[in-house]
Amino acid sequence: MARVLVAMSGGVDSSVAAALLVEAGHDVTGVTLKLWGGEGESRCCSVVDVEDARRVAAQLDIPHYVFNFADEFERRVVAPYVDAYSEGRTPNPCVECNRTMKWGRLLERAVETGFDRIATGHHARIVETPDGHALLRGRDPEKDQSYVLYMLGRSELSRTLLPVGALTKQQVRSRAKRLGLRTADKSDSQDTCFVSRAGRSAFIAARVGSIPGPIVDTTGTVLGKHGGIHEFTVGQRRGLGVAVGERRYVVEVDAETATVTVGECGSLLRDEVRISDLDFVAGRPVDGARVLAQMRAHGAAVPARLERDLVRFDSPQPRVAPGQVVALYDGDRVIGGGVAA
Amino acid sequence: MPGPIVVVTMGPVAYLDHAASTPMRAEAVEAMRPFLSDVFANPSGSHSAARAAKTALEEAREDVASLMGARPGEVVFTAGGSEGDNLAVKGAAWAARDSGGGDGVVVSGIEHKAVLGAAERLERQGYRVAVVAADIDGAVDLDALAAVIDERTAVVSVMTVNNETGVIQPLDAVARLVREHAPRALLHTDAVQAPQWIDVAEATAAADLVAISGHKFGGPKGVGALVHRDECALVPLVEGGGHESGLRAGTQNVAGIVALAAALRVTHERRAEETERIASLRDRLEQGLTSSIPDAIVNGDVHHRVQGITHLAFPGVEAEALLLLLDREGVCAASGSACSSGAVDPSHVLVAMGMPRDRALASIRLSLGYASNASDVERALEVIPRAVGSLRGARTIGA
Repeated sequence: MARVLVAMSGGVDSSVAAALLVEAGHDVTGVTLKLWGGEGESRCCSVVDVEDARRVAAQLDIPHYVFNFADEFERRVVAPYVDAYSEGRTPNPCVECNRTMKWGRLLERAVETGFDRIATGHHARIVETPDGHALLRGRDPEKDQSYVLYMLGRSELSRTLLPVGALTKQQVRSRAKRLGLRTADKSDSQDTCFVSRAGRSAFIAARVGSIPGPIVDTTGTVLGKHGGIHEFTVGQRRGLGVAVGERRYVVEVDAETATVTVGECGSLLRDEVRISDLDFVAGRPVDGARVLAQMRAHGAAVPARLERDLVRFDSPQPRVAPGQVVALYDGDRVIGGGVAA
Repeated sequence: MPGPIVVVTMGPVAYLDHAASTPMRAEAVEAMRPFLSDVFANPSGSHSAARAAKTALEEAREDVASLMGARPGEVVFTAGGSEGDNLAVKGAAWAARDSGGGDGVVVSGIEHKAVLGAAERLERQGYRVAVVAADIDGAVDLDALAAVIDERTAVVSVMTVNNETGVIQPLDAVARLVREHAPRALLHTDAVQAPQWIDVAEATAAADLVAISGHKFGGPKGVGALVHRDECALVPLVEGGGHESGLRAGTQNVAGIVALAAALRVTHERRAEETERIASLRDRLEQGLTSSIPDAIVNGDVHHRVQGITHLAFPGVEAEALLLLLDREGVCAASGSACSSGAVDPSHVLVAMGMPRDRALASIRLSLGYASNASDVERALEVIPRAVGSLRGARTIGA
């Protein structure tokens, strides 16, 4: 039995996570993180979600608190997110939130208030191996979230429980129904939690404005104009606003000149991706190690070799947008990862 | 399907959050009981059953009026402190506009959110709103106040006692300023935290509008009273059947009003004796904490505050973490102003006092009341220094 602080967002996964911990006989306390204003158009951290979490906690007969980390969330997640887009990169705020909030501020708070473990409703599994704790993909391949947890090292893993990782989403929902949890039928969260319905582009433009510029093809011929580089991501096909014969993709976003370059699908293909800020669960693998590289939250993992800070694909892959996470696996086991340069 | 309501009973609890709410006094529970069963009729009716309710309602009004230093016709029953504040501030501002009066609204920055929220709303409606800071001791800055009150000011709102620091505001001086600079303006005072400690009639003597709330002095939640002196002009928030002299439509909460009157009566009669006893408990608590916890700071002017509150900063400790540890050990305390989500925001009161953010976030409020006893204090003295020590220790190791 451990003293566990479970992060409850008010959604079904973390509700069931808390219930499973109670069933397992742990001494469980629920906490909801207030990360965002909770007012305005975004429904993130809304009073309704906090109330759902509180009611589930009451049903499970566990204490429930709210931690206000809004200042740090702004500084360490939202501001870097806005900066990245205005610099032509494509950030992953969920990863930064996990790194700095859940396994940063929350874990620190949990330790100082005497908890042995923190727990979340992420779909991934932590197992103990003879070499220490390891992170595996969740049981449900559709819902697997190990990608956004690639940065957890053994020390964090040893202090974390992910109770729903062993279940499929369907099992989570039926468990919630059976327990009569009010969150059983709540829809899954979508997109970036703090961005309002008006969308990413409007959110960023409202904070830093937008710098219009040209859309060019790979030869430099100007095809049209755009309203701001933050509206574009490498690999994007929709909403380019240029009418040309074949399908065109964004192949480059240059913040210096506010230029967006578009090209054919083929011009996106790359043999490798350079990654920075590498984190490994249990130390760096040997140079040239075979890995599976995953470049999107729900994308497929493709075979590759890791050579220093280069991931060399066995077969060419669409270019990874700078700023995106590249998570590395050995089978179902997370080795680590980094951020595409 | 919702299950039955589970009443969670806990181990020994030191309840040190009387400024948030008090347990109901037995006399108040007793007083309201008939109105939860036998005496149920609508007091506006014209039959015998209605008359019984009406009589009780009007007797309660007379009682509350005399205890608040007002005439019965000057008492409006509300659904609590926030409604009283809104009716006073918005009602006075709207009435001034209707009569061609001023459009200025002046409030202190340490007011309850009910007053600040009403002022913000008025600002969006085109009123000129000035928010006046307090000094580091927690009292409204009179010079700053004098600077913004002018002949166009319609309403000024300064609370009687601050709900976080417990600091008693210089209401008489504020009243003089208002008379001098804006003779036509109305002065509202949120006296929600006052009745346990101060004769509210004193606030009524200084102000035109005075709001109280039942559950802060042993009455029920969801009921309050607003005194409007000389039946000064107010525009109602709720329109309807003309109840409460047209200032607050809706069938009166007879049970709650009767209980509020009973609680206010008992509070008034026992004030001297209770405050003396509570003051000695609070002093023992405060001295015990400041002597056993290094660097502990008492926030607010210790010479001008009510007897039940001690507001303390423990530098290097996050109040949110401390409150969790205290709750685990059965000590109920508070920090900042808990918003509807339950998150602790940095206190707007401490910010308005010019307190550094770090110190504000390291501060908690311990508030005692008529139900407090020595064992609460002993429990707090055992738990709080240990909790602060363990949080500071964790920080040192982590650093």
